[in-house]
Amino acid sequence: MNQMVDISATTPRNPADYRSKVQPIWCPGCGDYSVLMEITKAMAALELSPEQVAIVSGIGCSSRIPAYSNCYGFHGIHGRALPLATGLKVARPELTVICTGGDGDGFSIGGNHFLHACRRNVDITYIVMDNQVYGMTKGQASPTTEPNWDSVLTPGGTGIRPFQPLVIALASGANFVARAFAGDPEGTTQIIIAGIKHPGFSFIQVLSPCVTFRPEQREWRNQVRPAPVPTTADPSVAAKRIMTDDGFNLGILYQGDRPAYKSGLIASSMQADELSQEFLV
Amino acid sequence: MKHKTSMSIAIVGSGGAGSITAGNLLLEAAARSGSYGILTRSVGPQIRGGEAAALIRLSSEPIDSFGDSYDILLALDWKNADRFAAELPMGPHGLIITDPEQGAIPAVIAGSMAQVRELPIGKLAKSVTKGRPNMIALGVLAEILSIPPEAIQAVLTKQLGDKGEQVLQSSMDTVTAGMAAARDFAKQPLPKTDDSGSGRWLVTGNQATGLGAVRAGIRFVAAYPITPATEVLEWLATALQKVGGKLVQAEDELASVNMIIGASYGGIPSLTATSGPGLSLMMEGLGLAVSAEVPIVVVDVMRVGPSTGIATKAEQSDLNIAVYGFHGDAPHLVLAPVSITDCLFTAQWSVYLAEAMQVPAILLSDQFLGQAMSIIDPPAAVNFKATRNIAQHSDGEYLRYADTESGVSPMAIPGTPGLQYTADGLEHAMTGTPSTKAEDHALQMDKRQRKIDNFDYGDYWAEVEGSGEFAVITWGSTTGAVREALRRLRAEGIDDIRMVAMRLLAPAQPEKFRHTMAGVRKALVIEQSHSGQFYHYLRAHYDLPGEPEQFHRAGPLLLRPGETTNQIKIWRQA
Amino acid sequence: MSGRKQGGKSQPIINSIRELLAHALALEIEAVERYAELADIMSAHNNPEVAALFRKMSQIEKLHVETIHEQIDHRQLKQLPLIKYQWISAEGPETTDLADLHYLLTPKQALTLALVNERRARDYYQAILQSTVDRDTRVLAEELAVEEEEHVALLLSWLEKIPATEDNWDYDDDLPSTQD
Repeated sequence: MNQMVDISATTPRNPADYRSKVQPIWCPGCGDYSVLMEITKAMAALELSPEQVAIVSGIGCSSRIPAYSNCYGFHGIHGRALPLATGLKVARPELTVICTGGDGDGFSIGGNHFLHACRRNVDITYIVMDNQVYGMTKGQASPTTEPNWDSVLTPGGTGIRPFQPLVIALASGANFVARAFAGDPEGTTQIIIAGIKHPGFSFIQVLSPCVTFRPEQREWRNQVRPAPVPTTADPSVAAKRIMTDDGFNLGILYQGDRPAYKSGLIASSMQADELSQEFLV
Repeated sequence: MKHKTSMSIAIVGSGGAGSITAGNLLLEAAARSGSYGILTRSVGPQIRGGEAAALIRLSSEPIDSFGDSYDILLALDWKNADRFAAELPMGPHGLIITDPEQGAIPAVIAGSMAQVRELPIGKLAKSVTKGRPNMIALGVLAEILSIPPEAIQAVLTKQLGDKGEQVLQSSMDTVTAGMAAARDFAKQPLPKTDDSGSGRWLVTGNQATGLGAVRAGIRFVAAYPITPATEVLEWLATALQKVGGKLVQAEDELASVNMIIGASYGGIPSLTATSGPGLSLMMEGLGLAVSAEVPIVVVDVMRVGPSTGIATKAEQSDLNIAVYGFHGDAPHLVLAPVSITDCLFTAQWSVYLAEAMQVPAILLSDQFLGQAMSIIDPPAAVNFKATRNIAQHSDGEYLRYADTESGVSPMAIPGTPGLQYTADGLEHAMTGTPSTKAEDHALQMDKRQRKIDNFDYGDYWAEVEGSGEFAVITWGSTTGAVREALRRLRAEGIDDIRMVAMRLLAPAQPEKFRHTMAGVRKALVIEQSHSGQFYHYLRAHYDLPGEPEQFHRAGPLLLRPGETTNQIKIWRQA
Repeated sequence: MSGRKQGGKSQPIINSIRELLAHALALEIEAVERYAELADIMSAHNNPEVAALFRKMSQIEKLHVETIHEQIDHRQLKQLPLIKYQWISAEGPETTDLADLHYLLTPKQALTLALVNERRARDYYQAILQSTVDRDTRVLAEELAVEEEEHVALLLSWLEKIPATEDNWDYDDDLPSTQD
């Protein structure tokens, strides 16, 4: 059980130090404003230098985040944030790499990369701002949308069971699996801190209400609760809990000890010129 | 007995007969004897046990293409061998060696009217303990080609040495048996140079591509296997463990291209290799690299398309997607090596160019160049190394995408304080902040175009040989057949044909081309695609004299020097 | 792990002037920053009237920060303790929840959010003065509660002058637009 980091004490770093001057385009009331705040608070508490952090994203409302931070960033293409982040982290392991995006970007087009990123267990923190809708493209069902949610593209609802990202993450090998709520700054910040500190692939699903297309998600603040059980390092225990919870239990639901992927360039033991020796007749 | 300058030999067999191994050993022995040569394989669709043909050409001069017909076709068996008929042109002067116990020669092959000699290869193999038919074949061919046993012994030791003394000995005994059995065959001495061949290289284009990349400074590779590019990646996996670097196997090509963008954004020159279907998947990622101005190299070892096509054969039909496959206007580089030797240079140069201009480069190799094992003179070492314009500091606010004269703006590497920026596929202002403004888009579009237009590519944009009022324009692996055709024509006294083999396909170089084509009255475009992609590309971007003509064919049968010579002659006289 | 439900927070336990002033200062500073952020958000979404109101609130809170500083100087407390802050809400009591915004927020609604903040701050100090065991802390907490009540009164009178929010306040003919 990690010690809670004092996020509100005076530190050498102010969360505001991690914000750029660029104004977010998110609708006022969007949960992503809170998540941005929570990420900056976490970085401040960890005393990370902005130039040593890279925030990598795909496409969608929440993927706009890198431009709003004062760190290095890469706003990549739809669904491909994880391989982008993987390449960067493996090449530059000393950087803190945070990958961000939404539920559509991460679980639909990005689904395959999600599986393999969990499996690969590279030391990255993946924060998905889950609002159970495609917001940027004006309100289509996403993989985490409930099956009876009516939309223009899928009248009457998709009729398909929603994707369960925490279960998938656990089954695929992620070393840290957590759920948070944008409207819980203290809790979410602590979870992000823990995720960054924990080696290997840390997956954090942040329920982040969409005020424009899912205004009913305002109710989430009354439905979330701290998970009534302590964090476990036993995947089978975690699996049972995650598969039977109602989607509103917040906390670090699994924290394992799988060794992280070995990032970094192998040191040289030979000059490039010597490589042609093998071709000599 | 006439000493030929080149000979073509084929070994066919199936079901694990080992025809390819025999071919490899023969090539290597020829190399050590001073020959130049090339070996390709033709295989059935099975993973194991399928029919397989080793196709070898040996020469006393450097060669870059198949010959016109086979002098010797040795069959360990004939199972499904009619599959290879179109690739095994033979004439009455050719020799077919067949094992009577393996059934009749397929009619389509026998119809070549080549001579036939029967040899009980299977029985001979059984006469040696643990003897294998392909070693008999090796012995037979060594005897006909007058390759001394010591040369065979040496290559066997090198290839089989780690399998133990017994295996080595029984292999050599089998070879010896084969040699003895062929003692009364007419000799066809190995075409070779007078030297021992030491110092030459035995290498495939895929390996040479990898080496060029590493020499230029590639140290991160993302890999998703695909025929016929996998060997580039496998060679790099081993190489990077020695020279330093990292290879990550990706879950798909979408991951590969994005991983190398991430690593390159982090400051490490990065590369991946794929074939046509993979390049299609990578297109969106390539566009991201253009917009975010992140250098990457994507090698496309072209195969027959469209779609899954024929994975094991070459074609030159990915030119269109390489040049035009991006949505939006996305200036980028497309290069293509003109020979196996040139795979090294062009890969190295591609990395250098991509890094210098912070742009993606697509390198179009093909299955023939990539997978043919070739005996070549060691390529000249060149000094092109990845040299990125890196921002170290900024007076005032750092403008990642500043409007510089060259179009190349200094790039901050993550970890550098004070220069943080967000790279983006979205159109952006000079700071990198997303922008929908017309003036920002215009500025960035001009910048991205200007940086590749203004670059000084020097003379490397094409290989130009010869002079005269006729010009043959080609690219990639067909250059080999064209070069040889023009050599033959010169030997006949026809020397007014120049060759332009384009190495830099995009951006187009109309100025250089105009200069190179000065005095040309007639042009013929030769390529290996069904629709004439290269011909249409030239028509779109270049001025061609008179009424340009084309000679083109889809894969899988590559153009041979003989037919190329004929086509050039006919066109020239018309 | 943690995750606190809003409103279900445990009672703050503050038993020294130093701690109380640390909290008072922190909550005012957080209010300054949050109102400034809200102003930026509303300004970026073309609601200048409400942006101006939030900007004004930020400035008012700055004055409150100065007031607390005076308290600190007056007591010659050089360094405030580094402590885990104890609030009764998810963030500081005067910090508006980012989720409570709307791009068409009316001035009445904006000032009502501010009113909620001031009431919550008053309730906060009252909770402390009721639970503290330290006499000096109780006295200061009462002072601060009274000040907050004055702010509440000010806001109420301000609100009276602002026209009521209309029924169709969030009506927008235009559909949401897509960007990427």
